[in-house]
Order: sequence, then C-alpha cells, then structure tokens
Amino acid sequence: MTIHQSPEAFGYDAFLSAHQNKEVLRFITCGSVDDGKSTLIGRLLHDTKQIFDDQVTALQRDSRKHGTQGAEIDLALLVDGLQAEREQGITIDVAYRFFSTDKRSFIVADTPGHEQYTRNMATGASTADVAVILVDARQGLTRQTRRHALLVSLLGIKRVALAVNKMDLVGWSQTRFEELLAAFKDFAAPLGFTEIRAIPLSAKNGDNVVLPGTAAPWYTGTPLLQYLETVPVRVEEQAAPFRMAVQWVNRPNSDFRGFAGLIASGRVAPGDAVIVEPSGRTSTIARIVTADGDLPHAVEGQSVTLVLADEIDASRGSVIVTADAPMRVTDSLEARLFWAAETELLPGATLLAKIGTVTVNAVVTTIRTRIDPETGNPEPAARLTANDIADVTLTLDRAVAVDAYAANRDTGGFILIDRETTDTAALGLIQADAAAAPVKEEPAAVREKRSGGGFLSKLRWVFGGI
Amino acid sequence: MSGAPLTTQAATTQAATTQAASRSARLTHLQRLEAESIHIMRETVAETENPVMLYSIGKDSSVLLHLALKAFAPGRLPFPLMHIDTTWKFKEMIAFRDQRAKELGLDLIVHTNQDGLARGIGPVSHGSEVHTDVMKTQALRQALDKHRFDAAFGGARRDEEASRAKERIVSLRTAQHRWDPKRQRAEPWHLYNMRKKRGESLRVFPLSNWTELDVWLYIEQERIPIVPLYFAKPRPVVEREGQLIMVDDDRLPLNPGETPKDVSVRFRTLGDYPLTGAVESSAATLPEIIGETLAARTSERQGRVIDKDGAGAMERKKQEGYF
Repeated sequence: MTIHQSPEAFGYDAFLSAHQNKEVLRFITCGSVDDGKSTLIGRLLHDTKQIFDDQVTALQRDSRKHGTQGAEIDLALLVDGLQAEREQGITIDVAYRFFSTDKRSFIVADTPGHEQYTRNMATGASTADVAVILVDARQGLTRQTRRHALLVSLLGIKRVALAVNKMDLVGWSQTRFEELLAAFKDFAAPLGFTEIRAIPLSAKNGDNVVLPGTAAPWYTGTPLLQYLETVPVRVEEQAAPFRMAVQWVNRPNSDFRGFAGLIASGRVAPGDAVIVEPSGRTSTIARIVTADGDLPHAVEGQSVTLVLADEIDASRGSVIVTADAPMRVTDSLEARLFWAAETELLPGATLLAKIGTVTVNAVVTTIRTRIDPETGNPEPAARLTANDIADVTLTLDRAVAVDAYAANRDTGGFILIDRETTDTAALGLIQADAAAAPVKEEPAAVREKRSGGGFLSKLRWVFGGI
Repeated sequence: MSGAPLTTQAATTQAATTQAASRSARLTHLQRLEAESIHIMRETVAETENPVMLYSIGKDSSVLLHLALKAFAPGRLPFPLMHIDTTWKFKEMIAFRDQRAKELGLDLIVHTNQDGLARGIGPVSHGSEVHTDVMKTQALRQALDKHRFDAAFGGARRDEEASRAKERIVSLRTAQHRWDPKRQRAEPWHLYNMRKKRGESLRVFPLSNWTELDVWLYIEQERIPIVPLYFAKPRPVVEREGQLIMVDDDRLPLNPGETPKDVSVRFRTLGDYPLTGAVESSAATLPEIIGETLAARTSERQGRVIDKDGAGAMERKKQEGYF
C-alpha cells in the first residue's frame, strides 16, 4: 500500500496540487491506561512513514531506559513527550499528533485515560470529527470505556471507531470480537452515535491499523486508517445556519469598516440578509473581504472580514447570523459543565464566561444535577469537585446570543474562567432548553424588532436557532 | 508602525479574486490551517494589551508574518516584530530580514543581550548550552520585560518536538517567564483563555497545528519569500560530529587539517550558523524541497545542535523561558 506517491512518479504539478487540496480529519483517541492508545498512535505514525531515523534512534535509546516492551521498541514513547510521562510510563496531558496520506491530513488528539483528566478528553473531543475508542480485547468494556463513550457523545461526536486492540492475545477470536461489539452497541444505544465502526486490530503488531491483518480472515472490513480516510468531515457544521462571531473591527480608514471573524457554521454570500446579535439589528452582506480579494461566498471554517450594507453598530462580541435563523438571546443559561478546576464549585459562585468572542460575569445560581460519568444518569449534588459533570443554571450580567450545543458546537460551547486564578475552571455546553427562563430585560433594539415579528419569529426567539 | 502598503495589495487583488473564486466549498487542509492561525492572531490582538511577534527570519516566521498581514488586511499590522539577534545568524538571514522589513514597512525591533555580548559569549567559545541560554533565552526575557509585551507570537509547531506537542496554542508564562507543563489550561473549541495576572504573559503559537510539510506546501501556494539558504547550492562546509556546518565567516575556527569543502547543501531550519547543520541536497526549487520533505528519513530538528543537550532538553529550556 502506498502512503505517499513519490513526486517523480506522479509529476510535480499533480503531486503538489494533490497535497495542497487534501482535506483534514480531526480525531480523538480514548482508552484506559493499558489499552495501548499511545502504541496505536505510534503505530499510525510509524506505518504512515512519519517517524524519522533520528527519532527511531532516540526511541531505541528511550525504550531501553523507560520502555515497557522489553527489548522491543516502545512506540508509546513517541507520544509521551513530557519527562514525567516517560518516567511514570503514563500520558498526563493531551497531545496533538499529525500525519498524512495521499488522501487526507490527520490531526490526532491523544488524551489521557486517567479519570482525573476528564477535562483533557473534553478538550480533545471538542473539535474532533471522529472518536477512536480503544478496548483491550482481553479486558472487555471497562468503567473507563463507558466514561469515554459517554463523554465523546456528550461533546457531540457522532461517529465512533471501536478499536478492539490486542486481538493477537485472544487468538483473533471472532466470538470475542462480536461479544465486545454487541456489549458496546448495547451500552451506546442511548448515546446518539450515527455510526459505530468496530475494527479488530493489534497496534503492537500493526494488524488492521494501516495495513490489513492476515490473522483474522473472518474480518472483511477495512483497516482503521482506511476508515479514517473516508469518513465524512464536518457535515453538521456545513449544514448549520450561518454564524460568525465578530473578533475585531477592521477600520484602517474612514472608508472601510469590516467585521473580522471565523465562520463557525453555514455559508454566507453578498446580498444575504443578516442579523447582528444580540442587538437584533438587521442588515445585508455587502462584501466578503480577504487579503486574497473579495469572495463570492464563504463557508464554515474560513476567516473573513464582512462588510455590511448599513452603518449599524457591531463590535467584538457581536455575532453576525443569517436572518433565517436568529440566535437565542438570553441572560440565563441552562448548561452542562465539565468542572476542570481543583477547587470546589458551590452555588452562588461568580466566574467569567467566555462565549464566542464575548466575556461576561456568570453566577452559578443552582447546581441542578450531577451526571453519573458511567451511566449518564442524573443524581443530586450540592457541590462540584474536579472532573465532575453537572447540569447548572447560570445567570449572566448581560444578555448574550447563544445556540444549543447540540445544534452548534462553536456557538453552543463556552468556558468558565476563575476570576482570581485566571485558570479555565470549566467547559460548558448550552442545553437546548425550550423552557429556559424568559429573558428579564430584552435589549431595546430586540424588543423593537420582535414586536413587529409574527408568530414564527417569536417561536424562533424562544427556541433559538434550532 | 506600518503593515503592507495598500497599493501593492490592490494590484494583486484581481488575480487573487479569481484564485479565491475557484476554491470549492470543501475547504482544504491548508485553508483550514490558515483560517485557524488568522483567528488565533485576531483573538490575541483583541484580548491583550501589547502583543509582539517574535521574528526569527526562518521559514516558519515567514509564514507567520504572511498570515499576520492577511489577518489584518486591509488594515496594517497592529503589532511590532522583534528579532532576538545572537549576532551569530547567517549573513544571508540578516540581509533577508532587513530587506523584508524595508519592503513591507515593518516596525522591527532588534534586541541583543548586550551584557552577553560584552562578556564575549558565543557558541564556539562557550558551547551551545551556555550560548543559547545567555544570548537567546535571557535575551528574550530582557526584551519582553523592557518593552512590557504581554503576549508574544512564536512560530513553534507541535510536530517539531515531543514537549511542544503537549503545549497549548495560548501558553501562560509566569512573571519570571517560566512554563509549567502541569498547569496548562483546557483549550476547547476555538476558545482561548487569555486572562492573566499582573506580570504574567502569554506565548501564542498560531502554527501549532502545522507540520513541516504544510509549511512548505503553503509557502509554495502563497509564493512567500524565504531566505535563499533553504535552497540547495554549493556552500563551504566542514563536517563535525556528523553535522555539516557552513563556514559563514572567519569566527569559526578550523581544526588542524580541516579545510572547508564546497558541497551542494540546503538548510531545513535556520538558527545560529555554528549550531545549524546543513543537509546534502540538490533541491533548488520548492517542489523539489517538498519532494525531499516527503521522502525525508530524518526530522528537521536533527540539524539543531541545541536539541541534543541531553534528554528532555527542549522541555527544560522551555520551562526556563526559551521560546
């Protein structure tokens, strides 16, 4: 199997354009401490020829010193980058790894399996298209497998590859593989995955990772890499309504005023009717400006500068959205928190909430329920400790524009910042809550606009852009 | 302070519009990387008081500068560039730096550790470890303190080295410029926490998710000017401990019996010339370099002598305030 065509065989122009026009897939790997997660990533890097000779030399030296594979090269050491990790033989922090084939580029978030590092997994999962969940064929599904599957589903990942590793140690038993798949499907049924692709493999030996294995003739599917090369990328984000948070107002002279931002979702073109949230003012897109010239349209994932047809007030913190699907504007949020701080969270605490490009004060008015990390069941909680997942109500000191996280990961996700330590204390997901408390004080402009709207616009007002 | 002159940008707009229009709705990997880097730069400018871009003259810095000009176009670059000059850079690097600054009208700060210079610290006399500490790490801390920069952009990439793979895009430094790998902030979605306490500062790495190959492909796609040392041509080199060291001036003492030989070489990374190994190559064009990059059997940092100052060298240097 050819990972990279040589330019000589391919022709330079075709070769360059093939590489310059590749897509990228972001995925997260998760598994328990000994499932062989780092080994799997090491194997992907190694077999796609991303490991260089000087790195192999360093690896051989490190394997003798810290390796856990006896005399053999320990591929896991490629990924465990920090001294403490090498010394303890564990992965402490989320690491990003990169490899590419002729078909795609890949960004891998490798996340630790320890329970206390839930926040790292949530970070890695927040931008991933796919999750690769590792299971040790001997151990079967563990508490951590359940936690990881729940966590990636909570963070909105729809596609999962269940990598059943160490198949060589169970004699490549088809029965064992099917038993594990059935158990996983049973557990994952309520988690809303649109695809679960199970692959029997051995990361240590390389079977069914990049190259097909020969030990399991009963397996007719593709190796893991081929799945990752073909799975759809960012479909949901492209289909969602247009949203762009304004980062910066570009005003080099009195003739130009552009709103710079990264398009979080959807598509935009000159002439499109837009709303500037949270003020609710309406306008039309006049130009999409980039350093490469004006664009006839722009899509999710592009950084652009928008010029509006009207001189309306917009600044950092505003969100420019399609007039067809306004956002929910509210000063009260029902949210699911992944508590990352070492300190406890008690009701009444005030933190900073960074939502898109706006930062506001947020009071945790109530902790509604804690989520059991294995079953997903709610349970009562008076306080939160590190790595707890819980549903809370937040009151903000001013109204902001939001979407439900289930509808849009970028406009529905936020972070809470500790005002004293300035650390990131929590990751938050805004819940689709039609029964959310009504806005106490609608901004004047919004009231003005909404009062003229019919039933449909009021409905949108209540439900947001869902 | 000034950025790219608006007139030259207007002249290229026509051709670029056609190029931009031909791009389909499916974004390429390079388009997404570019957009992510631009987003990071705009966030930093919006949320910090006094940012600066660390400009090392290398290919990654060239890409970083190109992205910054794009991020704020048609406006000017809203921050200065700063080069930490150890006085041991290749002559061609300094010439390139000054030419680019003039062409683009850049606000460029050049800082050298005058104390280290007075003490005669250098890579040949004091070795790479002392030289790097005094003339790079300490020099950088001096300059950041002197100008009271609270955020500094750097061109480091996560694929370069193991400890870099674990560093956040926005990385907090103490008032003493130390990095604490155990106290890193979660960085979900596209949300960067840029809050810091008085005296603390941020290192921001917009190229975190780029690889060496991405950088080359982007330089080719965008026609970004780079230092000619990246292209192969015959250059006078000596071989030391498996490294090909270019004799860039007469400060490199030759060992008895050692004579520089003209060998066709290029550089995969650029730094202080006595500490930067060349690779034998005939790749004189970008497609040829990209071809070699894909076929390469060694990592680009193999040419960096400072990475070999013991296991975990980079992690330790970073904790001490090295970029």
